[in-house]
Amino acid sequence: MPLDIAIAQFRPSKGDLDATLDHCAEAILRAIGQESRPRLVVFPETALTGYFLEGGVREQAIAAQDLFEALNARVGGDADGLDIAIGFYERDERGIYNSALYATLGPGGGILHVHRKVFLATYGVFQEERFVEAGAGIRAFDGPPGRIALLICEDGFHSVSGTLAARDGASIILILSASPARGAAPGAGVPGNLVRWDALASAIATEHGVFVVVSQLVGFEGGKGFAGGSAAYDPRGHRLLAGPLWEEALLPVRVDLGEAARARTEEPLFSDLERSWTRLLVNSPGSGVRRPAPEDE
Amino acid sequence: MTGAWPPPGVAVARAPDPADASPLDIDTDLVRTWLVQFLREEIERRRGFRRVVVGLSGGVDSALTAALCAEALGPEAVLALLLPYRTSSPWSREHARLVAKKFGIPTRTIDITRAVDGYLEEFEPEADGHRRGNVAARQRMIVLFDQAFKLSALPVGTGNKAERLLGYYTWHADDSPPVNPLGDLFKSQVWALARAVGVPAEVVDKPATADLIQGQTDEEDLGVTYPEADLILHHLISGHGPDDLVEAGFERKKVELVAGRLESTHWKRHLPTVAMLSPTAIGEWYLRPVDY
Repeated sequence: MPLDIAIAQFRPSKGDLDATLDHCAEAILRAIGQESRPRLVVFPETALTGYFLEGGVREQAIAAQDLFEALNARVGGDADGLDIAIGFYERDERGIYNSALYATLGPGGGILHVHRKVFLATYGVFQEERFVEAGAGIRAFDGPPGRIALLICEDGFHSVSGTLAARDGASIILILSASPARGAAPGAGVPGNLVRWDALASAIATEHGVFVVVSQLVGFEGGKGFAGGSAAYDPRGHRLLAGPLWEEALLPVRVDLGEAARARTEEPLFSDLERSWTRLLVNSPGSGVRRPAPEDE
Repeated sequence: MTGAWPPPGVAVARAPDPADASPLDIDTDLVRTWLVQFLREEIERRRGFRRVVVGLSGGVDSALTAALCAEALGPEAVLALLLPYRTSSPWSREHARLVAKKFGIPTRTIDITRAVDGYLEEFEPEADGHRRGNVAARQRMIVLFDQAFKLSALPVGTGNKAERLLGYYTWHADDSPPVNPLGDLFKSQVWALARAVGVPAEVVDKPATADLIQGQTDEEDLGVTYPEADLILHHLISGHGPDDLVEAGFERKKVELVAGRLESTHWKRHLPTVAMLSPTAIGEWYLRPVDY
């Protein structure tokens, strides 16, 4: 069963929630007005506010339910039944998180999952641990299109994230990213961080036999440029599309989630991992399991 | 550009080597687009300005900055200010005019001699060339910011990464404008991009000079060429120590000279030091980004 997705490569109005919510709604309505109406629209990390807020997360973070209601109120009945994944700074009673919401819009819909970024980037230009709390885990969930997992930016830099998502049954991983452009060496024609993303996302797809969608933020924030360059990969690691640089775009991509099972059969890396996973964990340093001394083996 | 990326694997880590300047190679098409987008977004979208003013000295940094601004905003949205002092080289003015003509940028010439000498000649006639250079640089910023205010325009800075790392500029003068497209490009990268953008060869190929003192060139002043300094700086700020570079074949005297300037000018790359008294000290505890 084909699944039509629109990647919303998106530029927020930084620090202006109302304007950005309006702009999100415009993107959603534009997406559903396309010839192939998508089932799912995927926005980037921190699409609602911009990424570099520092202490401004205190003013800009909102509850997942409030985000869901604000979007529903703006898109009206035309978007009923449409799924969205969108990055935002989330506030709850325990703290502030860099989160991704997955929801089905409309009165029959609701919030299906909120993923909180686990691996908070805190090096170089990044300061996330200073301003937000880390998420506790990575899991997949059943969405209308199939079993899905969400990751946020650096989550995807750790191969264990893809592994956890795939082991929890995901056949498609949505990575919401805000990746500041850096590196201008000749050869690729794109900033170096996108070259790295290309390799990472393709590797996640190939190793686990899953579709991977990477939705990238666009725009400059205090000299740091989010270049766009969103992309999608099939379960064999082939790039299905590459978004433009420096501009917003709605990027349609059609996937057949059944292809994930076929790819895993063809190259059973995932079942190899499944078979070995528990044994590897038990026999690895730090597992807490006392291994026999060499002379006992 | 759907499906247009080449395969990954183009970035290669290299050990320091004085004969290998390739770590400084840039994709000039990519950087040109990157900086044009930067200027559009930071000037128009983030700050709401439609016009800019650039001090056009006749050198390559300001020529490239003006050219990028013209590409980003349209040449009519750029005012190039020629701000000569009585000791400025006539070639500087000639080259500035050449650049403005090439990119279709309007110019205005404001001679700063009387303003500078009004202070120096009356109160500080004994001031040496270094002090005179600083006064001229700061006077240029007074004019640049005032003209920007008059025109509801934004001043755009022109300093490059090598100058910034070497501290080779007048503090709170050249580094004052709120937006700077070249500040993360070494001088040799500025040259490469300037050639790609079409800055006239006379401007790109001439010896770099701050033109603050007659006959002065940057490289004589610094005691190291820009290509040498750029490469040493690149490796130093990438985590290699001076001894690593000497061991790799870099000339000790030049490494120490560059490292010395780098290490002694960190203060110059920061805002003034403020005494922190509270847990809401601005920039220490109360943190909001520049574009928030």
